[in-house]
Amino acid sequence: MAKIIVVTSGKGGVGKTTSSAAIGTGLALSGHKTVIVDFDIGLRNLDLIMGCERRVVYDFVNVINGEANLKQTLIKDKRVDNLFILPASQTRDKDALTKEGVEKVLNELAKDFEFIICDSPAGIEAGAMMALYFADEAVVVTNPEVSSVRDSDRILGMLSSKSRRAERGEDAIKEHLLLTRYNPERVAKGEMLSVEDVQEILAIPLIGVIPESQAVLNASNSGQPVTLDQDSDAGQAYLDTVSRLLGNTVDFRFLTVEKKGLLKRIFGG
Amino acid sequence: MSLLDYFRSTKKKSASTAKERLQIIVAHERNRRSGPDYLPQLERDILEVIRKYVDIPADQISVSLEQRSDELSVLELNVSFPDEKR
Repeated sequence: MAKIIVVTSGKGGVGKTTSSAAIGTGLALSGHKTVIVDFDIGLRNLDLIMGCERRVVYDFVNVINGEANLKQTLIKDKRVDNLFILPASQTRDKDALTKEGVEKVLNELAKDFEFIICDSPAGIEAGAMMALYFADEAVVVTNPEVSSVRDSDRILGMLSSKSRRAERGEDAIKEHLLLTRYNPERVAKGEMLSVEDVQEILAIPLIGVIPESQAVLNASNSGQPVTLDQDSDAGQAYLDTVSRLLGNTVDFRFLTVEKKGLLKRIFGG
Repeated sequence: MSLLDYFRSTKKKSASTAKERLQIIVAHERNRRSGPDYLPQLERDILEVIRKYVDIPADQISVSLEQRSDELSVLELNVSFPDEKR
């Protein structure tokens, strides 16, 4: 049975699409057949982050409307086996995603895939609700910053009351906290909320901490999910996150200030 | 370095301010979320009734519903009246 994981946050710009791409790619690298679904109708961007923007022919809404089938629509990643992308539609019709339509598509994907990653749009409107409605697990992407933490708490409320699991009275969605853009130097100076602070406020288990990293922008510039940059701190932090999602216990890295060596002090870096 | 730290530590760090503010607003919003849907409307209605008699700003009233046990919920109404005697 496929596991449906929603990547959500409430607030925009915190790294949902980056995280969806990185986690999906990491799962596929670990040998699990994975599809990443872009729920951001009208503001399609997962294709750009994954570097397949010129290969989009059909989209999610075409499949729902029966204008194309899944096989025609899914884009197979050229770098990683077992990895597929379902692009969002660029339509301006807000009601393009119906609950029945989404359910039909997810059911069909579930026959073929081990993991379905739902990349949620920002906000708490219909699109975000649709992305989380069918989820089994949720990765709540949060920046160590007041508005992001508050919005994450809002989304946690939605996860526990507006999902299918909540409506049916089933086991609750398993929630995970993913802290992104973490800057240990500023935390040490008392200028940024620490991992412990955010965890204390949101009170959900931590699945990963991604350091603020130049690798993330470099990755999106070139359309490479950051997990493929395995030398980078962010790439490694995402791979650790994926390993934890798969049930492994992995020590957290990149939480403290890296001590600069003499050469780095002199030459910078 | 240590001297610098000494001076720095006298000022309150912005991260701890952020944490305190978040703890308060998140607790407030969770409370509201867990309460019944009619609570905000009830709060507005009560405010209107009191305003008929005393002029108080909206933030001087708070209404909360606390579940004490399975059978007992307590509706708590807190109104701060202005200083001057009427």
